[in-house]
Amino acid sequence: MSTVTDTKKAPAGERVADWADGRLGIYTLAKANMRKIFPDHWSFMLGEICLYSFLIIILTGVYLTMFFHPSMNEVEYVGPYVPLQGQLMSEAFNSTMHISFEVRGGLLIRQIHHWAALIFLAGMFVHMMRVFFTGAFRKPREINWLFGFLLFFLGMFTGFTGYSLPDDLLSGTGVRFMQGAILSVPVIGTYLSMFLFGGEFPGGDFVARFYSAHVLLLPGIMLGLVVAHLILVFFHKHTQFEGPGRTNKNVVGMPLLPVYMAKAGGFFFLVFGVIAVIAAIASINPIWALGPYRPDQVSTGAQPDWYMGFAEGLIRVMPGWEINLWGHTLVLGVMIPLAIFPAVLAAIAVYPFIESWITGDKREHHIAQRPRNAPTRTGFGVAWITAYMIMLIGGGNDLWATHFHLSLNSITWFVRIFFFVGPVIAFIVTKRICLGLQRRDKDKVLHGRESGIIKRLPHGEFVEIHEPLSQGELHRLTAHEQYDAAALPPAVDENGVERKIGRMEKLRVKLNKGYYGGDSQIAKPTVEEYKEIQSGHGHH
Amino acid sequence: MKKLSARRRHPLAAVVVLLLALAATGGLYAAFAPAGTAKADETAQSLAIEEGKKLYSVGCASCHGTGGQGTSDGPSLVGVGSAAVDFQVGTGRMPAQQPGAQVPKKKTIYSQAEIDQLAAYVASLGAGPITPTESQYSPDGADIAKGGELFRTNCAQCHNFTGEGGALTYGKYAPNLEGVSPKHLYEAMQTGPQNMPSFPDTTMPEKEKKDIIAYVQAVNGEKADSPGGLSLGGLGPVSEGLFAWVFGLGALIAVAVWVAAHTAKAKKS
Amino acid sequence: MSSQEIPEENLPAGQDTAHGAVKVADDPFADPGLPPHKPRIQDIDERAARRSERAVAFMFTLSMLATIGFIASYVIFPVDKIVYIWPFGRVSALNFALGWTLGLALFFIGAGAVHWARTLMSDVEIADERHPIAADPETKAKVMSDFAAGAAESGMGRRKLIRNTMFGALSLVPLSGIVLLRDMGPLPEKKLRTTMWAKGLQLINMNTHEPLRPEDVAVGSLTFAMPEGLSEHDHDFQVEIAKAALMIVRIQPEDIKDKRELEWSHEGIVAFSKICTHVGCPISLYEQQTHHVLCPCHQSTFDLSDGARVIFGPAGHALPQLRIGVNDKGFLEALGDFDEPVGPSFWERG
Repeated sequence: MSTVTDTKKAPAGERVADWADGRLGIYTLAKANMRKIFPDHWSFMLGEICLYSFLIIILTGVYLTMFFHPSMNEVEYVGPYVPLQGQLMSEAFNSTMHISFEVRGGLLIRQIHHWAALIFLAGMFVHMMRVFFTGAFRKPREINWLFGFLLFFLGMFTGFTGYSLPDDLLSGTGVRFMQGAILSVPVIGTYLSMFLFGGEFPGGDFVARFYSAHVLLLPGIMLGLVVAHLILVFFHKHTQFEGPGRTNKNVVGMPLLPVYMAKAGGFFFLVFGVIAVIAAIASINPIWALGPYRPDQVSTGAQPDWYMGFAEGLIRVMPGWEINLWGHTLVLGVMIPLAIFPAVLAAIAVYPFIESWITGDKREHHIAQRPRNAPTRTGFGVAWITAYMIMLIGGGNDLWATHFHLSLNSITWFVRIFFFVGPVIAFIVTKRICLGLQRRDKDKVLHGRESGIIKRLPHGEFVEIHEPLSQGELHRLTAHEQYDAAALPPAVDENGVERKIGRMEKLRVKLNKGYYGGDSQIAKPTVEEYKEIQSGHGHH
Repeated sequence: MKKLSARRRHPLAAVVVLLLALAATGGLYAAFAPAGTAKADETAQSLAIEEGKKLYSVGCASCHGTGGQGTSDGPSLVGVGSAAVDFQVGTGRMPAQQPGAQVPKKKTIYSQAEIDQLAAYVASLGAGPITPTESQYSPDGADIAKGGELFRTNCAQCHNFTGEGGALTYGKYAPNLEGVSPKHLYEAMQTGPQNMPSFPDTTMPEKEKKDIIAYVQAVNGEKADSPGGLSLGGLGPVSEGLFAWVFGLGALIAVAVWVAAHTAKAKKS
Repeated sequence: MSSQEIPEENLPAGQDTAHGAVKVADDPFADPGLPPHKPRIQDIDERAARRSERAVAFMFTLSMLATIGFIASYVIFPVDKIVYIWPFGRVSALNFALGWTLGLALFFIGAGAVHWARTLMSDVEIADERHPIAADPETKAKVMSDFAAGAAESGMGRRKLIRNTMFGALSLVPLSGIVLLRDMGPLPEKKLRTTMWAKGLQLINMNTHEPLRPEDVAVGSLTFAMPEGLSEHDHDFQVEIAKAALMIVRIQPEDIKDKRELEWSHEGIVAFSKICTHVGCPISLYEQQTHHVLCPCHQSTFDLSDGARVIFGPAGHALPQLRIGVNDKGFLEALGDFDEPVGPSFWERG
């Protein structure tokens, strides 16, 4: 047959590809994706930092499972680390000591794993904020936003379960906190605690149970979400900033093959390299200094990893409210922070749906907005970050106290007050800054760029020469869309019949006015304004 | 120890505060001080007390009273013992400079000889814990691992896992133990300076104090091993998180900026 | 919500300007289209391109050397070798060498690839058209009719009995999984209400493992105790100590403000639970002058001279006190268990 002779002539790579195509249809896939375009911007690579640190965590995590024993059987330490010799500890702690002191490179892999985890979560936080502030969560990307949010949320718990595995004094204190928090749940708290810990705290089960959640259950879900997240990124194509030739209907950048293959592939190695060097020079979670967990021992400065610091802050600054009624106890001092924690996170998670309801905009958006052009949203985002950061301060209040010579109690009071006041101030200030930047853009468009050249006019006046902007710049600064504030339709329609307007609709219009009213955006320059200034008395 | 103690002159007024010192001697008289009758029989000792008294009236009397009875500005020194003086003056905490939540460690202004004289004088006001000898506090041959366990039970709650210090209420703090000499560590445990509770020999015998000193010396400070690299202050997850954000994510974002930046264009010639 | 009837005029116009719209003389803000591609020096000067090529190859070579260095370090440095390296301190030589060599080996692969992409691969920007995500009406109509046909053929709508029993079966079957979780742990019963302490148990010093005498406990000192009969080697030591850990201080009886506290003390020696009533951290940051005890986890502060009531922080109630006395051998002993549950609050605590 002729096909046989054809394949004989084809090079080996092509023959393999043909073989795969006959079974997987790879040519069709490649046709759509091989030259996929990705826009260049550093902030578009934040997600890659997360993806790669996640892969690094999986790679190093698999290595660690070969040496780690998820068991709480008590053993006596006989390893090389003198300050612990003869101490009783769980096998989990003992095997982590073994990894750190006897497995060559074990300490490095442990440190890479932990540093990568901290960077993974920090990366997700920053990536999420990038998407938020540029409005890249708008239709059609709301679901992908939720996937990303879920990854952040699950990442926190995967981190927490992993941090608890070595069964050291610090992480054990964290687990104790978790158990105390579970106990505070009304009605079923004690049952949940008994079931989770296989009896009373600490029992002998939680390391093994956390282990299966940490290495299988949670990362399994996360891996699925990561894949879905990436598929949607490919499917939607990346957003881009406004600029000449960049519209809502195209995506401008470099093709996947070869440029992004090299850049993104190379970036994986860069991320891995940087994290490996960090693991070479900086110690993380030195469990040998912390000692094995004992429920009657503790150290000051007992904090969780940074991503739980927000929850830690909430729990630290909450007043100790407790209600005893009819023989039952309602532990508000623990329950309220426990409820605020997911509520604050949920506030950012559902934001895309709220904004799309307020704008009523059902179109697709592929342009990444400049934060200044959405002042109300940017204000909300900064307010949210402010609340988050204030709670992070609260979570480290003891270290703030010792390092800045302050009173622990004053810091706690500061956090209690500024958790509420701070976001409001941040919102107002941010919005003002955004409006100021919008005015500056408008000024630049109408009057040109300040050149820094001072000219003296014949009659002695000094003026600074303003250079007119290029058309590309003019376009970039004026291409953003501006909504007109919504208004309620007249109370009576054209036939004189009273119109029924729902309460929700009234609220929506009110919020919309808040977003897009005269106080919330600066009308962008019009062509007429521009022409008038350019033609006449404009320059000065 | 008893012998040493007997060489001190005791005032008749010593009451319950003495309990501290006598607990340290480990006798059945722990709760109440025996009315000591022994006189200082060494001229050197009385000379030291004389010299110490002079130093005392210049540097300490304004707050602690002319006879060490205490004033509104400073507590009574009757029965605090020489160990407390050696610690307070030897670490520069005394004389205090200004009122505050806590008197901080400063540069020592007295020589060790002068401190010994002061200590002798204050000890003469009432029996208390005695400045330890080197054989008491020297960590040589002590059990570091046992010291670690004791440290985590008794000390780490305030001073952190490796003695980096920590916050207490209303501006008070447990200081960092870095660079604190074995003698001063011993005296602090023995006497309980300021708000620190004491750990007298009756509940924490001398040998255990040595174990603790050996542990602190092994894990705290620049000379301690930190196999993983920079110890980041030994403060745990807060400094680790800060490092991950600033240096970890910071470096990666710097790299990302390079990866995504447009390559320089050739200049138009 | 009220999505369908958003008046069009509220939406901004003109977002859909086609790609590469030509310059309209009338509109100075019009999209001029993608700027023309400007060559890089490597595009026009072969020597510059060669330099880039050499730089990329150099980086890949460095990576190879670093990997060889990694293997060499693995072989050369003993796992327990500690060296002083400024400014990192006394670090493990192996960890330091392996981390740097691995890091550089990886970093230079990445740096080489990126440098290659940036300087030698085409940097002409390409525009890709986007297409609406939503299907066109014909596709939608086809799907709807297919679905209707499928649903009708299944008979779901008509044969309600099948549908209802199927939903019933599907919603019941997960119950098996939930039932199986029952043996994850025992029921709470009274476990959280009691500790190992009982009448007559001596207070054992955690440091010396000897029973405590009242005269051992000085004013201003801090001691921790566990119940007689408990050993660190016991299988259930962790569970027992998590509830039974005790903090012992001695306060001048006249300084004790709370009447019951004084009654339950022995000559000013008071024994409080070491477990914080907030979420269970071992609380023991005792300030001997103020008699405050602070929790290092969440800064709940208790006043030990006043019934250990909460004076700051998130804890909801005072630390439980253990009633103590002296037995005929002169040792401190418990006069019973705590009269309330120790540790964090829970629903049934009451």
